[in-house]
Amino acid sequence: MSAVIEEHHDHHDHKPTGIGRWLFSTNHKDIGTMYLWFSFIMFFIGGALALVIRAELFEPGLQFVEPELFNQLTTLHGLIMVFGVIMPAFVGLANWMIPMMIGAPDMALPRMNNWSFWLLPGAFGLLIASLVMSLMGMGSAPNFGWTFYAPLSTTYGPASTDYFIFSVHMMGISSIMGAINIIATIMNMRAPGMTYMKMPIFVWTWFITAYLLIAVMPVLAGVVTMMLTDRHFGTSFFNAAGGGDPVLFQHVFWFFGHPEVYIMILPSFGIISQIVPTFARKKIFGYSSMVYATASIAFLSFIVWAHHMFTTGMPVAGELFFMYATMLIAVPTGVKVFNWVSTMWRGSLSFETPMLFAIAFIFLFTIGGFTGLMLCIVPADFQYHDTYFVVAHFHYVLVTGAAFGIMAGVYYWIPKWTGNMYDETLGKWHFWLSVISVNVLFFPMHFLGLAGMPRRIPDYSLQFAEFNAVASIGAFVFGFTQLIFLYNVIKTARGKTSVKATSQVWEGAEGLEWTLPSPAPFHSFTTPPQVK
Amino acid sequence: MSAAIRVAGLISLLLFSAQSMAGYQLNMKPGVTSFSQGAYEIHTMVMWICVAIGVVVFGAMLYSIINHRKSKGAVASDFHESTALELAWTIVPFLILIVMAIPATRILLDMEDVSNPDLSIKITGYQWKWNYDYNVGENAQDISFFSNITTPDALHKSTNGGVAKDKDYLIEVDKKLVIPTNKKIRLLITSNDVIHAWWVPAFGVKKDAIPGFINESWINVPEPGIYRGKCAELCGANHGFMPVVVEAKSEADYNAWIASQKAVATAAAASANKTWTKEDLMAQGEKVYATTCAACHQASGAGIPNVFPALKGSAIATGPVAKHLNIVLHGVTGTAMQAFAGQMNDADLAAVITYERNAWGNNTGDMVQPSDVKAAR
Amino acid sequence: MSVHPKQNTGGDANKKIIVWLMAIVIGMFGFGFALVPLYNVFCSVTGLNGKTGGQIALPAVLNVDTSREITVEFVATLNENMPWSFYPDVRSVKVHPGEPTRISFYAKNNTNEKIIGQAIPSVAPGLAATYFHKTECFCFTEQTLQAGEEKHMPVVFIIDSDIPKDVNVLTLSYTFFIKPGSEAAVSLAHNSKHQEL
Repeated sequence: MSAVIEEHHDHHDHKPTGIGRWLFSTNHKDIGTMYLWFSFIMFFIGGALALVIRAELFEPGLQFVEPELFNQLTTLHGLIMVFGVIMPAFVGLANWMIPMMIGAPDMALPRMNNWSFWLLPGAFGLLIASLVMSLMGMGSAPNFGWTFYAPLSTTYGPASTDYFIFSVHMMGISSIMGAINIIATIMNMRAPGMTYMKMPIFVWTWFITAYLLIAVMPVLAGVVTMMLTDRHFGTSFFNAAGGGDPVLFQHVFWFFGHPEVYIMILPSFGIISQIVPTFARKKIFGYSSMVYATASIAFLSFIVWAHHMFTTGMPVAGELFFMYATMLIAVPTGVKVFNWVSTMWRGSLSFETPMLFAIAFIFLFTIGGFTGLMLCIVPADFQYHDTYFVVAHFHYVLVTGAAFGIMAGVYYWIPKWTGNMYDETLGKWHFWLSVISVNVLFFPMHFLGLAGMPRRIPDYSLQFAEFNAVASIGAFVFGFTQLIFLYNVIKTARGKTSVKATSQVWEGAEGLEWTLPSPAPFHSFTTPPQVK
Repeated sequence: MSAAIRVAGLISLLLFSAQSMAGYQLNMKPGVTSFSQGAYEIHTMVMWICVAIGVVVFGAMLYSIINHRKSKGAVASDFHESTALELAWTIVPFLILIVMAIPATRILLDMEDVSNPDLSIKITGYQWKWNYDYNVGENAQDISFFSNITTPDALHKSTNGGVAKDKDYLIEVDKKLVIPTNKKIRLLITSNDVIHAWWVPAFGVKKDAIPGFINESWINVPEPGIYRGKCAELCGANHGFMPVVVEAKSEADYNAWIASQKAVATAAAASANKTWTKEDLMAQGEKVYATTCAACHQASGAGIPNVFPALKGSAIATGPVAKHLNIVLHGVTGTAMQAFAGQMNDADLAAVITYERNAWGNNTGDMVQPSDVKAAR
Repeated sequence: MSVHPKQNTGGDANKKIIVWLMAIVIGMFGFGFALVPLYNVFCSVTGLNGKTGGQIALPAVLNVDTSREITVEFVATLNENMPWSFYPDVRSVKVHPGEPTRISFYAKNNTNEKIIGQAIPSVAPGLAATYFHKTECFCFTEQTLQAGEEKHMPVVFIIDSDIPKDVNVLTLSYTFFIKPGSEAAVSLAHNSKHQEL
């Protein structure tokens, strides 16, 4: 990795060398690179866990893992993908792009930036160590699902739950520091003339996401702290025996959890809003309504949390309130989709890999949005809740939504990062194999859920066999297709592709980042550009 | 079914999708109660509205993708703002949402019918089985039983292969919840340990079972038949292995079933007072062990290393009888070992302890009689 | 550490933002904990989860609505490993709203050691919980049963006359837990660790 960038050493002045460059880095580009590689590694670890799960579910019967281990795999898969892949990838993109997009020389708080990143390997090392120990026969890894409902995770949690709590605390601190840094950068470091309403949409979505992080990561820290004191210090927040209430856990968790869902999608909205105008060679349609829609989604995300809990026995008034509030989210989300489509309308479209992923994002995220709307309808949710329909829904928004957005962003910006064009043929292979296999993987899960298959089960009865087999085949194709992505990224980073990137890179691209040479110099915008 | 056959099936699915789709359930089923039919109705409506919106939006996008290509010489317009359009696509979706919300609200309010039930049944979730207790309310019957999966061998990799993968695989229980048809039945749902969720899709009822708290729901099943469901909330290792089976019987058949259950209870009470032979204890003990104990301790008594302790050659099963009896009766706090005192009668407990002390080479020769269990309770 | 020229502001502006944002972070951490009492208030107002209120004094003037009759069912649950017997002495009673009613539950400790239990009440439907008042209940305090001891424990309750007209059956449920932190809980837990070894 270090070799990659050192190749360009001669272009730039005083870049630190060796391991110290990374350990002590305060450079937003290096830290961004580390975040992205961390996320990429976690993506393959979390993906490998998913493939073990899909292998087990290929046919009825238990072939590969015991039910106890299956639950650990689903838990770790969820935690790694949410906290170890999607969130760090977004922070990595923010680190790389926000200073370059707003004409800043670096992040506002470079030393804190270093610490934000270096907490993550510790947090995930601890989490993954618990699984490794479990495989070696020493206790059990966290086995209560990524939602860790009490009392399964408190009174009944394995000893490694304490690892898990510590790990969540560390990733929470990391995210909070990252968010503070992004807010400070956006508020203080904009180039002269870069007013708020001139900022690129990606910067806007991250600005709002950072506020969401500041607001809800402390609530997550609170809920795991309550778990800790319930487990070891005699409190009874979630233990009915001592006057607590397990349902309270779900309220506090989802008060964090629902905004978290938007934390995982808003930056992708931003990436798509950068890419679509570039390849349509046209300005984004409805810039200000995009900004207002993002802000409304963020606001609404705080008042919909109990739609995850319709089966806990809520009063009807509560069910109606949370149903109506959730339905409202469809309005700003719809505005965004309509704006993207209108941006493409009467544009001059070309279909390079970033645009292909962006178009797939709009299609497939919208499907996830539709199933989200279906899920908020309370009487129907009684049937959907905790089935594969939900699994299908959130994989459509997180894989073909968040993850496709990230992949689109990587293809879009990697020429700027490395100075080399990625291999377009491989990029297209990656796209087409991914987009077909991901639908083979997740679309049948809708049918499974509607036919009554609960989620988080290691084995199933025969009526679910066919679609599970289909999904597993899709999973393996999708999983191995990502190796093409890895190869393409490495090839591009090492400069083994034939085409060097120009500073403009994309014909239709607009914004400050494209005024910098490719690769972007180690120190950029040391004198602020003037934005007209 | 082997993997090869399934792959062949898949290929046929792809090639002849129209014919082979019959075996592939694509959609929710309407079910038999007003709840499930309401859910189906609103599900269908919202799904088709989404499909319609999808056709319009994706259609516009596809049109643009096909016709507004640079390679076809398309030149970008300056169309990037339109207050009228932006207002329209804020207001129109809002109106569509109202169209969805009205029937959704009506159906939900219909579900909240708290008027007189004919019968109350208490459902308690346990790791990993259901308890059905008819001893509630005005029409209380002294009937309470556990409903276990019939194939505990399916729960472990080592023994799963020996279980037939037939139509009953993972969906059959030893004792079904029996209910009368055309009666309004109030279900009182709670839990003994972690959160479970009792779900029967054909009834449209999914309710969390929460320790310490009681939830309620109602069913009124018009047709006799067998209705199947599952536990829907992750409740630990064997969450996937606690099926729900409900048998709806006509009123006459239901009353006959009540009478037969009472006869069984009387016989069990009588058997608890007699002295059993060792053969009878071992035979009965093997049965009880298979349904209640083998899920964790394994049919072979070997347990699962680091998860469930072995009984074969263990200090408990070959040591003092009193301690063994105490653990089975009262469980071990903080582990999956439950207190079985409230779950089984004296005769079954005596039988299963005798079995554990003499099976798999645990040749202690001990015999535990129902009277011993009664004394130890 | 390389020092980059700051854009239009210096470190003071950053400090100000950090202080503000940290205040939000600490505030939201506190808010997570504040959700606990907020939730309890919310439950007692709406009857969420069937949580009933605390003890009330018997009102001096009773407002009995003899035109209505409500069936109250009683259910008893023992949480995991609670080695007691526990059931209601009657399965159900019919009462008029506003009328104080006395019933009892039976409990027996089946072990050779003293066990302290705590009963948790819950009412279904949840909506009825706010209208269900207890003037006397064994759930207000922990219950101690010596080895082999048995007890009939009284409950006196009044259903508010304002209870919605469509509620004509409700269920009062108690779940007995071993009192967390009590000797029995500790000894059973210790016992279990010992046995695992």
